[in-house]
Amino acid sequence: MSEPFFQVDGLNTWFFTRQGVIKSVRDISFDLARGEVLGIVGESGSGKSVTGMSVMGQIDEPGRIVSGSISLNGEDLTKLDFEAMRRYRGRRIAMVFQNPLMTLNPLMRVRDQMYEAIEAHENVPHKDMHARCIEALKSVGIPSPEERLTAYPHEMSGGMRQRIVIAIALLLGPDLIIADEPTTALDVTIQAQIIYQIRRQIDERGLGMIWITHDLSTLSELADRIMVMYAGAMMEIGTTEEIIGSARHPYTRKLLDSVPSRNAPGEKLKQIPGNMPSLLALGKGCPFANRCERVSEICGEPVPAKQLSGTHRIWCYHPFED
Amino acid sequence: MNEMIFEAKDLSRSFTVGGSPLRDLADHFLRNRQPTVLRAVDNVSLTLREGETLGVVGESGCGKSTLARMIAGILPVSSGERRFRGETYDSFLARKRDALKIQMVFQDPLSSLNPRLRVGNIIGEAAVLHGLVPRSKVKDYVGDILARVGLPADSIGRYPHQFSGGQRQRVGIARALAVKPDMLICDEAVAALDVSVQAQIINLLMDIKRDSGLAMIFISHDLGVIRHLCDRVAVMYLGRVVELAETKQLFASPTHPYTRMLLEGMPKISMQRRRFMPIQGEIPSPLNPPSGCHFHPRCPIATDHCRRIRPELRAITPGHVHACLNVASD
Repeated sequence: MSEPFFQVDGLNTWFFTRQGVIKSVRDISFDLARGEVLGIVGESGSGKSVTGMSVMGQIDEPGRIVSGSISLNGEDLTKLDFEAMRRYRGRRIAMVFQNPLMTLNPLMRVRDQMYEAIEAHENVPHKDMHARCIEALKSVGIPSPEERLTAYPHEMSGGMRQRIVIAIALLLGPDLIIADEPTTALDVTIQAQIIYQIRRQIDERGLGMIWITHDLSTLSELADRIMVMYAGAMMEIGTTEEIIGSARHPYTRKLLDSVPSRNAPGEKLKQIPGNMPSLLALGKGCPFANRCERVSEICGEPVPAKQLSGTHRIWCYHPFED
Repeated sequence: MNEMIFEAKDLSRSFTVGGSPLRDLADHFLRNRQPTVLRAVDNVSLTLREGETLGVVGESGCGKSTLARMIAGILPVSSGERRFRGETYDSFLARKRDALKIQMVFQDPLSSLNPRLRVGNIIGEAAVLHGLVPRSKVKDYVGDILARVGLPADSIGRYPHQFSGGQRQRVGIARALAVKPDMLICDEAVAALDVSVQAQIINLLMDIKRDSGLAMIFISHDLGVIRHLCDRVAVMYLGRVVELAETKQLFASPTHPYTRMLLEGMPKISMQRRRFMPIQGEIPSPLNPPSGCHFHPRCPIATDHCRRIRPELRAITPGHVHACLNVASD
């Protein structure tokens, strides 16, 4: 794998609300190489989406990036002013969200939305723009792209709309694409098609991708590396083989065990007891401690990272041994 | 084998689409438009025995939710016959108290629970109204049900918005159980939940099934969940059942090309990257379904007669039926 071109180091994103400080993202560090897909997996409230939004510079009041750096090709994005960041967004970093109907403008033809994206960043004659749009639509497997260009979003199926969004994300040749639950709302057969096409684009273009999801099964088929988050903190990060095949963190194990297909049909699923703690009332120790069966007194203390291999890191006092 | 609790014979349901008043008026004067008719469910026959769980799986637009609503008796049928314990729905549903024997759990508990009622009332109201418990004892009654679905006793005075998604779904299940149903229909009841919460709710449903022998119809797009919970599975595509078999049989040896494609597309936890090319093609619009076998435009083994002939369900082995012209039955 090539050198990482994208690094997040010690990221803290907090929301200062009337009820108190919600520490949605705490001390997140990871990097990404070209042609690599990093999956971020976690449940609702784990901070996975806030991590993605922080990278995009889309954290609004009362939220703030409190500390940490986000660097793309050596430049720290947290230091950029609004205008400089605007030039980065879309051009160098693109984002794909879960619901394409909220991303696409319902009153504009696909063509105009694509042209708009190009014109915001480049000065290109219409003829070239047209060719580029067609090429982008083809690359995500859209049949008869010429016809789709003049269509409105409501004239297309959910899967087709999401392909359009991905095509727009690819349009300006970004270095990094952040995808937040992009296939969660789609049917399995359509999801399989989109994942196949995205993976091909990543490999061909040498992009980096951060794929945010709650679905470990999808990630296991798509990602090169997986990062597991819980209540705003990193629990474990490693290659897909390390996380799926030999997870060491009790939370990762529990999460894997609660997937129906990993249990014998008809038997009770191995569930995680209890609920995620409130982000307002976190101690300094491991956030999973109150639901963990391996918990001991020391788990109330701040958890240091343990490096298990060149790629496998874990935050736990009592990891599994094998 | 257990007694039959529910039978559906050739159930169909159509909807007329469009229907803006202005357009209706224009159509009336111009007399040139046939109203667009959507056949959401097209000749579906199903049976359910006491204590059995039947899964219905399919992608969006396949008619599984419409089917669920017809079975629940909250949506009239366009044609076909529904029977509960041998009695037709017309006479059965007319007796209000008996109609409670069929209950439903919905996908989004926040929109199916009254936001302005306390949980105690949500759960107890129907039971009191229909005389299942006297009003003086409703508190204890609700308390028992709350314990059964794993909610704390103090939930009784709280409102739906004060619960997490998983807890709310427990309230939805508790409400259904409160009137002592014999048949429970779950329409995507765990689809909106996180994996770990989903596991908790699936376990709860399995407990209920084991303890009370409730017959269940479980509607889902998630094959993993279906495989785990159900005894038999019906696979639907654009309003029709294309394959129906025991769960084990269906997952071990699916015969219909669509079922195979669904099983292949199902994400599995593996360490292998997806390398194969998935089957192409979109789900066609139910407004304008393909001729003959609805699946033929996406089917790898489709032949010319698939375009013309509508395949009927036929048995492959006892208890395993499918609707495909090309896969031989032996």
